[in-house]
Amino acid sequence: MSHSGNWEVVIGLEVHVQLATQSKIFSGTSTQTGDDPNRHASLIDLGMPGTLPVVNKEAIRNAVRFGLAVNADIARRSVFERKNYFYPDLPKGYQTTQLAEPIVGAGEVEIQLESGDKKLVRIHHAHLEEDAGKSLHEDFHGQTGIDLNRAGTPLIEIVSEPDMSSAEEAVAFARKLHSIVTSLGICDGDMSQGNMRFDVNISVRRPGEPLGTRTETKNLNSFRFMEKAIALEVARQIDVLEDGGEIVQETRLYNGETNTARSMRTKEDANDYRYFPCPDLLPVMVSEEDIQTLRDELPELPDARKARYIEQYQLSAYDADLLSGSIATARYFETAAEHGGDAKLAANWVMGELAAKLNAEDKDIADSPVSAEHLGELIQRLKDGTISSKIAKQVFEACWNGDGSPDRIIEAQGLKQMSDSGELEKIVDQVIADSPAQVEDYRNSDDAKRKKKIGFFVGQVMKATQGKANPQQVNQLLQQKL
Amino acid sequence: MHDKTLTELKAGLNAGDFSSRELTEHFLDRIKRHDGELNSFITVTEEQALRQADAADQAIAAGDHRLLTGLPIAHKDIFCTEGVRTSCGSRMLDNFIAPYTATAVEKMATEGAVMLGKTNMDEFAMGSSNETSFYGPVKNPWDTERVPGGSSGGAAAGLAARLAPGATGTDTGGSIRQPAALNGVTGLKPTYGRVSRWGMIAFASSLDQAGPLGLSAADCALMLQAMAGHDEKDSTCLNEPVDDYLGALDQSVDGLKIGVPEEFFPDNLDGAIADNAREAMRELEKQGAKLIKLSLPSIKLSVPAYYVIAPAEASSNLSRFDGVRFGYRCEDPKDLEDLYKRSRSEGFGAEVKRRILVGTYALSAGYYDAYYKRAQKVRRLIRDDFSRAFKDVDVIMGPTSPETAFKLGAKADDPVNMYMADVFTIAVNLAGLPALSMPSGFINGLPAGTQVIGNYFQEGRILNVAHRYQMATDWHQQAPGGFA
Repeated sequence: MSHSGNWEVVIGLEVHVQLATQSKIFSGTSTQTGDDPNRHASLIDLGMPGTLPVVNKEAIRNAVRFGLAVNADIARRSVFERKNYFYPDLPKGYQTTQLAEPIVGAGEVEIQLESGDKKLVRIHHAHLEEDAGKSLHEDFHGQTGIDLNRAGTPLIEIVSEPDMSSAEEAVAFARKLHSIVTSLGICDGDMSQGNMRFDVNISVRRPGEPLGTRTETKNLNSFRFMEKAIALEVARQIDVLEDGGEIVQETRLYNGETNTARSMRTKEDANDYRYFPCPDLLPVMVSEEDIQTLRDELPELPDARKARYIEQYQLSAYDADLLSGSIATARYFETAAEHGGDAKLAANWVMGELAAKLNAEDKDIADSPVSAEHLGELIQRLKDGTISSKIAKQVFEACWNGDGSPDRIIEAQGLKQMSDSGELEKIVDQVIADSPAQVEDYRNSDDAKRKKKIGFFVGQVMKATQGKANPQQVNQLLQQKL
Repeated sequence: MHDKTLTELKAGLNAGDFSSRELTEHFLDRIKRHDGELNSFITVTEEQALRQADAADQAIAAGDHRLLTGLPIAHKDIFCTEGVRTSCGSRMLDNFIAPYTATAVEKMATEGAVMLGKTNMDEFAMGSSNETSFYGPVKNPWDTERVPGGSSGGAAAGLAARLAPGATGTDTGGSIRQPAALNGVTGLKPTYGRVSRWGMIAFASSLDQAGPLGLSAADCALMLQAMAGHDEKDSTCLNEPVDDYLGALDQSVDGLKIGVPEEFFPDNLDGAIADNAREAMRELEKQGAKLIKLSLPSIKLSVPAYYVIAPAEASSNLSRFDGVRFGYRCEDPKDLEDLYKRSRSEGFGAEVKRRILVGTYALSAGYYDAYYKRAQKVRRLIRDDFSRAFKDVDVIMGPTSPETAFKLGAKADDPVNMYMADVFTIAVNLAGLPALSMPSGFINGLPAGTQVIGNYFQEGRILNVAHRYQMATDWHQQAPGGFA
């Protein structure tokens, strides 16, 4: 697709973060998932006549924690409102949410781009609300089943300013939020379960022109899909505009499997939600003291962790950002570095071999078959010369396949690097004796050429030792003998 | 037995003059004999009542005397009662067996009360005449061609006819006080947040408040003592200590400052109603109270403000009645929209639909500021008016209702005229104050009531004032004829 001239892309995100509280936001019912439908649907969750909400204080604290982590204004007084609409999985006929007076005000987040540039993305506000239930369309013979286990699960909705101008920036921002909420421990970050959901508002314009009409794309349950969905929508909008068409304000649903999107509803279908303050709940008051306590208890946040990695491990800003980004990656990396006694090596392995494997098999680092402890053990063996880096990859592979710890694999498969110089000397002598022509050629070469030509002999020795020889030692011996 | 007050019956039970079973059977029998005419009950829970009565008799025998042990009480059908139909006067909930019990009912049960049944009411408490009930109108026992008032019309009429010695009601804009006035009984709306709303089917959440109806102020004090108190399940229920209402009843009213707002005696008020309220105040004046004229200028706006706020909240509160999880569901819905539309059109009555429409309109985009927000501003002004007044006076008094019981059907086609029935009671709900209505005489053979309004949490004070008044008068002891 070729587009003429410059287009500017304007992106804003709305992010739903499911709070990892034990109980729901207004009912005290367990937030446990995976049980039979409606197992965790109490009188309140069912919207029974006469029932009343009582707000979960931990949900409030979690929202404040988030606000503090993004340097936002924390509202000392915030108000729950009712968003009225009919839907079968919305038991009360309204969603309790916040609108005019949200708990978290304006804040900002710094994102790191691959170019090395940094950018500030402003957060407009974040508010608390309850999730709806689920409509089940299968197994009901043309009817719809309702599961209210999820109804009333606490969410914070984070609304950004339209500060991003590319898919890369949007994904970096999304990853950063993911990293912040998982570091805070207020959300498990599991996007596949919808525990973190991203809606992307996209518009395009010619430089210098006012903002174009935006669309909202929903259902982006991975960062990869987000990136693709943005590219798709940006291209679609530019196509429409360049063909002389107009963008319709609408909500679009992205399908990751087919990399397509379709219009879900246009602005004309939009409900009038008739928001008004919920008379069953008092305004939420947060005191200076509460805020101070929560601030003091904040765990290490991604920015601080990144700075520490740069300082403590001498990592590049980009590497430090990648490793500190997700709390799971950070934990894995730090454990591997500690066990291995070499942060640099640990960083290379985590971002290299491990990341490639995880990617190839579409696995989460938390579910990595090679534990951080095992990777540390492998790094130790590499460092102390027990194995070469080539063998290390072989051990890693075996460990990934469940053959046990690196030490056990090295032992069982006899992969220990040859340390007996007598034995190695014999092999070196043999290789030299077996290759008279190459020896002749080597000896007639100048120093520069010799450096290249010695590779042949190293290769032969490694072959004979099945890679178990220490390459440095081999080099030294060859140089002496040749 | 049935002409006795709850307080007297309590003494009789404790003295062993009769058992709770005898008492309960007596009232169940009266309901059987007379309620066909009055229609004050939707459901009579005979079996459960007798079980509770037997348990009360055992408790009394064991020396366990609680506030209400063995006393039969009728609950408004707006309170959820586990295992018992809780209809809220609506076809929508005609099939609804509540799976839990309202806190107010539970607290009374814990104090030993016996539930006789569930009383009739305007549908979802929306009405001032009890004519909007799906179960048909309640008749006023003083003249069965007349309305009992509403929405707690069944409670007030049943009480006046001595079919129950005590009753609960709810008051959103006058729904306890106005029917109390029209039936010649005493009814108290407590401070907003004094009695838990858990289990009380919501009409307008920021205004709804449960309270007692009794034959005397002392009876109301006794019931409120059991009903009031903090409830963790209701965020708007205040965590304030419950006063000793019974202990405060006998205090002198010498030196009591009674505020008399000019707005409660407008030029167009029926002279007989005005005189009746003035007469009641004069009686207290005789006991040493001082009458102080004052003005509450903003309460003129209370009816329009109320008829924005209450329907707005109702339109949202009643959204849950969608035919999906409980209550009425239309036959063979074609699709989801059809299910919603027909279940709600068939399940709700005309007045409920009218208020849902009014409320939906008031909250709509573009109208919210003009209606809902302005109404909330009026509400603040009204609250401020009362706060200023209570700096100078202890209680505020006036007529409860601008008229005595009107004829059935007289206002059925004139909703605005009907809404004016609550002109003196609504401001109290908007401000969240406690107020009661006490019988203060008769006009053309029909009961008239006088309202006593107190400052926040001054339930003890207004009960005391009403009690002192009732010590000197016998209006509250008058019973309608024909229900022997």
